[in-house]
Amino acid sequence: MNFKPTFKSYLTGFILSIMLTLTAYITVVNHFLCGCKLIWIILILAVIQLLVQLTFFLHLGVEPKPKWKLYTFLFVVLIIAIIVGGSLWIMSNLNYHMMSSPDLMNQYMNSQSGL
Amino acid sequence: MELAEKTNHNIEKVTFGFWVYIMTDCVLFASLFATYAVLRNSTFGGKSGLELFNMPYILVETMLLLTSSFTIGLGLLAASRNAKKQLLGWLSLTFILGLGFLVMELAEFSKMIAEGNGFQRSGFLSSYFTLVGTHGLHISAGLLWIIVMIFQVSRRGLKGSIRQKIACLGLFWHFLDVIWILIFSIVYLMGVS
Repeated sequence: MNFKPTFKSYLTGFILSIMLTLTAYITVVNHFLCGCKLIWIILILAVIQLLVQLTFFLHLGVEPKPKWKLYTFLFVVLIIAIIVGGSLWIMSNLNYHMMSSPDLMNQYMNSQSGL
Repeated sequence: MELAEKTNHNIEKVTFGFWVYIMTDCVLFASLFATYAVLRNSTFGGKSGLELFNMPYILVETMLLLTSSFTIGLGLLAASRNAKKQLLGWLSLTFILGLGFLVMELAEFSKMIAEGNGFQRSGFLSSYFTLVGTHGLHISAGLLWIIVMIFQVSRRGLKGSIRQKIACLGLFWHFLDVIWILIFSIVYLMGVS
């Protein structure tokens, strides 16, 4: 069986995207939440909208078997998680070590200088 | 195999190849996002996103691109129905919306640069201009592609190879919209919150 995109599926995707965008925008601009919670809400709304667009616009996951598009996509998600997560982890770890006082920093640099 | 079935099979093969290209483009954007995420607070005493970004303006840009993603979807539907005139109409509308987005983005960039907040000002702005600029470059390429397709469709009609190109163009444009949603959320919304 082959999935056929219809006007209805595009319209659903479009309306859902607009609603999600506006929700995120209004939450941020009116300062309904603050700090950590807000970041999470933005991320969650972005991920939902990502899924909406992938399903309704890019028709991911509805192709007939074998679902190569889906498999390549999932692999890329893994790579992206490694690149982005790894970069943030390494750099925040570096920042953490660089936060000490200049004297301590010099001491640390001297002790870690050997390559 | 019947001819129509064969054409569909070919379109699937070609769009899968194009899909793999899009996935590699995702990796490119992922590395730019990672760079931005690392450098987002490195303003070097300059302005941060909170002071720089004009959110209502960005929202209008976002809506333009979202709508253009919808209109190219309708164009794809028209192409599958063999409705050449409708396809041309939707492609033209997508082009106008995309051009509006690009012009707004470039106006924003030139305003920031004129105010001394160019890419050389701080690590934050370097990564910002690289990430958003790369997306803008993709949009420019997409606009060029839309013009080429408008000419090809109006001169040669909806033949097999042209259908493949239209299907790939649709994928590309939807993909750019997905990337923009991430830029809107991660760069702009998080930048001002």
